[in-house]
Amino acid sequence: MTALAIDVHGLTKRFGRKVAVDHIDIAVPERQVWGFLGPNGSGKTTTIRMLCGLFKPDAGQGTCLGHDVLKDPGAIKREVGYMTQRFSFWEDLSIRENLEFVARIYAIAKRKEKIDATLESLGLAARQNQLAGELSGGWKQRLALAACTLHAPKLLLLDEPTAGVDPEARREFWEQIHHLSQEGLTVLVSTHYMDEAERCDRIVYINAGHIIARGTVGEVIEQSGLITFLVEGSDVRQFLPELQGKPGVEHVAFFGAALHVSGHDRALLEQTVAPLRNRAGVDVNEQTPSLEDVFIHLQGGKKDAQ
Amino acid sequence: MSRGISLGRLFAILMKEFIQMRRDRGTFAVMIGVPVLQLFLFGFAINTDPRYLPTAIHVADDSRYARSIAAALKNSEYFDIVAVARSQAEGDRMLDEGQVSFVVTIPVNFARDLIRGISPELLIQADASDPSAAANALAAISQLATSALKDDLVGPLAIRASPPPFTAIVQRRYNPEGITAYNIVPGLIAVILTMTMVMVTAVAITRERERGTLENLLAMPVHRFEVMLGKIIPYVMVGYIQLSLILLGARFIFHVPMLGSLSLLIATAGLFIAANLALGFTISTIATTQLQAMQTAVFFLMPSILLSGFAFPFRGMPVWAQWVGQAIPATYFLRIVRGILLKGNNWPEIWPNIWPLLIFLAVVGTVALVRYRTTLD
Repeated sequence: MTALAIDVHGLTKRFGRKVAVDHIDIAVPERQVWGFLGPNGSGKTTTIRMLCGLFKPDAGQGTCLGHDVLKDPGAIKREVGYMTQRFSFWEDLSIRENLEFVARIYAIAKRKEKIDATLESLGLAARQNQLAGELSGGWKQRLALAACTLHAPKLLLLDEPTAGVDPEARREFWEQIHHLSQEGLTVLVSTHYMDEAERCDRIVYINAGHIIARGTVGEVIEQSGLITFLVEGSDVRQFLPELQGKPGVEHVAFFGAALHVSGHDRALLEQTVAPLRNRAGVDVNEQTPSLEDVFIHLQGGKKDAQ
Repeated sequence: MSRGISLGRLFAILMKEFIQMRRDRGTFAVMIGVPVLQLFLFGFAINTDPRYLPTAIHVADDSRYARSIAAALKNSEYFDIVAVARSQAEGDRMLDEGQVSFVVTIPVNFARDLIRGISPELLIQADASDPSAAANALAAISQLATSALKDDLVGPLAIRASPPPFTAIVQRRYNPEGITAYNIVPGLIAVILTMTMVMVTAVAITRERERGTLENLLAMPVHRFEVMLGKIIPYVMVGYIQLSLILLGARFIFHVPMLGSLSLLIATAGLFIAANLALGFTISTIATTQLQAMQTAVFFLMPSILLSGFAFPFRGMPVWAQWVGQAIPATYFLRIVRGILLKGNNWPEIWPNIWPLLIFLAVVGTVALVRYRTTLD
């Protein structure tokens, strides 16, 4: 069995009477990249903050990099890199000054060389004296990643690092993440993007403070037991209202130029979509549900349960 | 959070704070400009008329005349006889320490000389470092004594009743010309330091919280001492710049006398600055927004100006207001500054005003450390 970078049980956080995170267990083996998914307000940020010592859990126990999350947040802080959801470096410090601050805090050896090298690899060497606040979203995100990995952490906790960043920058960002993981880093990254979830070794899906699905992408899809019919053709969008709420149809979503009609009862679904097969220019085929279909189902299913 | 305090990390925070201070030119300009503005505004503007000033009486010649004068002083609104000095030296000491504002001395042979018509001297020594506090009382004293003696000087002595049978000798101590600026300008040091020191540190943590950078700072392995000291030390320096500016203005524009030791003043100013910064930092850990922090700072600032003895003579305030004033560091520092500059006070005389500052610093500093959270909870 490989060593676990994160190993927590029953982690719970309450804010007043609201339970933000309710007894969750997460065990992330070293050197893996895990995706943390769930709707807004589901408890992703709260969980990450408990892992890096920013929140004291109300219940639960466990370790991060072998250090007790309750007793030794100081040791965790030294070895973890945490990238906040909102850019949280100092906008009134220059790019270089921000990196220097971080380097001094972690007492990084050969500070100047290290910062020069980081600026070079970021492609920010020429702009190092610009204020961080003047950078665009994509550059801020790159600076933040560079700054929170400067002290060579063993575990990276990234809270929606690519929100509001263009696709090209996102792609580069993920290349960087995989590069870091090959060097031995463990990564837990929260995201709303399906393509990003698919780049992870494992995903964890949290809703209303509970983990309701986990595993590889394939496993999560499989576990959902969902059946999806793909309705393709010109103008299939018009069928959306008439399919909703029909027997066997749990949800209908429009992706690309096709409708995804999903549910758990194949026979009923088949019955419902059958009339569409007769329409001219419309193709109906069963296919493996996409991760997004599963997430819509997980989110909807939870809502019904409440 | 990490074990022990690291100078390297403290230095990191110091550097960051200095850079941010330098970038925030507007605030820096206010910190330097405001003292200068206040110096001129208050230095030229304030005046007042207090009553019931603590007075010591030294009776070297006990007679019905001496008792009448003492009674008259007691009955007047200006004087409150709080002590009897057994010697001239004791009276001087009381004046030096600020226990009393006046010492009235009835000299040896007062009664004999009075009856003989030799016009004995009635000595009134006033603490004129606050000239407004002393002026009206001094104007009243000669009149009071004359009318008090009128009832005693009857029969054959009636002829002695007027003109006044004694000579009132008035000694205005510390500020003989009664120049208001001598009192206001040293007082400004206390007010200006309170104002800027409390305000700038009050927003220190709330600003990080509002900008979202606190989360980042807390996720790093920094000790709360490092953050607190790192945020306070730059402003200690700003405080000393302000102190130098006001002292220069006091010396060269208002020609305030500087009798005592400047190094003593600078040392005690450090204590006062630290007390205010600790208070500002505490506000910073309690307030959730910068606006709240500012409002709390102003809430503290008002009594520092109005109830510390700066705007009005401390002794002229009602007792409850004096109680409030005694909880404010500015009250003590005001006395220290005036004592050192105008009276030439040294350690023994200012000590009664030093220990309350030490207690304030210890209590508020502890609250700041306890309140400062290393988590976002």
